[in-house]
Amino acid sequence: MARPVASVPAMGGAKTSFSPLALRGPSWDGRFTVLILFLPPALLLFTLFVVLPIGEAAWYSGFNWNGFGKPTNWIGFDNYRFVLETRAFWLALRNNGLIIAVSLAVQLPLALALALMLAERLRGAVALRMLFFMPYILAEIATGLIFSFVYDGDYGLVASIWHAFGAEPPHLLASTDTAMLAVLIVIVWKYFGFHMMLFIAALQSLDKSLIEAARIDGATRTQTLRHVVIPLLYPTIRLSVFFAIVGSLQLFDLVMPLTRGGPADSSNTMVSFLYNNGISRMRVGYGSAIGVILFAICVTFAFTYKRWFMRDE
Amino acid sequence: MRLLEKLGLAAAACLLMANVAIADTTVKWLHIEVNPAQVKIWEEVARAYEASHPGVKIEMQFLENEAYKAKLPTILQSKDRPNIIYSWAGGVLETQIEAGVLDDITDQVKGYSDSLTPAALAAFTSNGRIYGLPIALSQVGFLCNKELMAKAKVDPAGIKTWDDLLAAVKMLKAAAVTPIVVGGADKWPLHFYWTHLAVRIGGKSAFDAAVRGENGGFAGETFQKSGELFKQLIDLQPFQNGFLGFKNPQAVGYFGDGKAAMTLAISTVYNLQRALAADKVGLSEDKICWFDFPVVAGGKGAPTDTLGGITGWLITKDSPKEAVDFLKYFISKDVQTRLAAGNFIIPVVQGADAGLNNSFMKLIAANLAKSNYHQNFYDQSLGPSVGRVVNDVSAEIAGGSMTPQEAAKAIEAARKQGN
Repeated sequence: MARPVASVPAMGGAKTSFSPLALRGPSWDGRFTVLILFLPPALLLFTLFVVLPIGEAAWYSGFNWNGFGKPTNWIGFDNYRFVLETRAFWLALRNNGLIIAVSLAVQLPLALALALMLAERLRGAVALRMLFFMPYILAEIATGLIFSFVYDGDYGLVASIWHAFGAEPPHLLASTDTAMLAVLIVIVWKYFGFHMMLFIAALQSLDKSLIEAARIDGATRTQTLRHVVIPLLYPTIRLSVFFAIVGSLQLFDLVMPLTRGGPADSSNTMVSFLYNNGISRMRVGYGSAIGVILFAICVTFAFTYKRWFMRDE
Repeated sequence: MRLLEKLGLAAAACLLMANVAIADTTVKWLHIEVNPAQVKIWEEVARAYEASHPGVKIEMQFLENEAYKAKLPTILQSKDRPNIIYSWAGGVLETQIEAGVLDDITDQVKGYSDSLTPAALAAFTSNGRIYGLPIALSQVGFLCNKELMAKAKVDPAGIKTWDDLLAAVKMLKAAAVTPIVVGGADKWPLHFYWTHLAVRIGGKSAFDAAVRGENGGFAGETFQKSGELFKQLIDLQPFQNGFLGFKNPQAVGYFGDGKAAMTLAISTVYNLQRALAADKVGLSEDKICWFDFPVVAGGKGAPTDTLGGITGWLITKDSPKEAVDFLKYFISKDVQTRLAAGNFIIPVVQGADAGLNNSFMKLIAANLAKSNYHQNFYDQSLGPSVGRVVNDVSAEIAGGSMTPQEAAKAIEAARKQGN
């Protein structure tokens, strides 16, 4: 890596000739100025909005506290023990895993397939792209409400399809067996368009000469796709996977209007579990413990992923 | 001249400022009432108060029930908190008092408080200090649809024991009538079954002992048994399809639409079903019936024991004195009589029940008068952290994901973790 020596001499350049650091050139001094000028605001914001809240949550998680006044009842790691002893927590964790699995196994391949079809500048492709992207624009809470009507076992769209076949319609959101499945369908519907757009953008910026070269060498369409196009898309795919996983871990606002995590906690995610316990029950310490656990999972994932899969980006 | 002018201006400014100062008192009043007819009367009362008390403005704010409960701790600690808030008394109130977010209004209501039903006032009293004023009492029992009951040849007056209820459910099912509608998504409507069974099986002594952690606390025999009896009912599949996905207002509307024969509900639903029915008409008085929660063979509770709510208003910390003054006006004999006459409440001001003009409301008032043990809803009296677990496990028993024994143990575990 080239050091940006030449790019910063303007800053404090005159002084450097007298300074003991002169031998190292103006770079150190210049970089120092940049550091002094630009680091504090960033550091301040980061501390204020990231480090402090997390530190606070970690502090609160040691208390049995209902959110009123100052916490006083220190119970150490008991909140973590309570969380890990709760069946609903493991259900929520499993559900997050399910969401990740479905995002990776269904949503991304679907998005990729559609992107491959719609990346060409064909007639109608733009309209279709917009159509598929539309669910992503819709607010999560509105999506949830709309689908809670669609799934309604008495009046919903699903019910009328069932009625058309002369069968008794199921109440998908009211059964522990189907609630999570129903939520997953909404998730795929809502987010595949976003990933499709990422893929389309990547496809359109590919170096066409590589594909042409493959064609000239006699590669079939499938071969070109497998050996040229998709490898070229890897950086975008890795980014998509990252977004999908982090998004899945944070999922909350779709679940609340659909099921509120129910019935019997069967469709809780980590965040809705946190809300239902930490906020609704005024168990702030307990909720903070969940938050810290969730944070640890997210950070571990993000760093590992960055390190292993996105090293060059 | 100039001096005079200046003086005149100054005087005028002073007057203006004084006027502004008088008009400055705003009492913010946060409520959760969804019945528009009742809210309309409240509005009128507030406007009437403003008219007779120049300079005071009563500002009504609304939050939906569940949202209200979820936001309350934050609202109460905000600098911009409302002055008057809704309350179900019980453990939540105790927590709020401990946290010091409420005003002690004992001195301000001296004398006036004698006009209130003592039991109702007691719910808002802690260590001899008064923190709020009650507004209404309610009873939980079965509302029924006369036509549907008749269709299945069930006599509501004949349902006296738990077994009678189970038999009635079977007959209704045989007649292809949905026996009971419940808003299972909100969970608390399901906890009425579990808690009322506990009230019937163990009575007051069992509850008090459990709160103190005696006899195995909530994992004890009484509470396991209430789960088991509830499970007997669940095994008959008495509820409407998809009951775990129904919110309470939806369920009340469903009953108002005449789609189910019964609903275990707070007595106020008698009125509310009209507002929430699809046609906004609901069931007329001659089509609706009521029976008290059935007794359990061998239960220690008296048949006259009641489960229900004691609701009222609290004054938050550092509120203007006008807030209490308005409450006294709002919970006066005149206004209570008016609300009673509209069949919205069982009044708490002595003498206001003369306003009750309908046989149903008179019946509930008489039931409450007879009751020696009025148990406040468990999810309120046990506080949010334990009470919500009672709601949870009731829904889990109903959904078949927990056994009655596991349910009882879960509540006891929550009680021990406490808050």
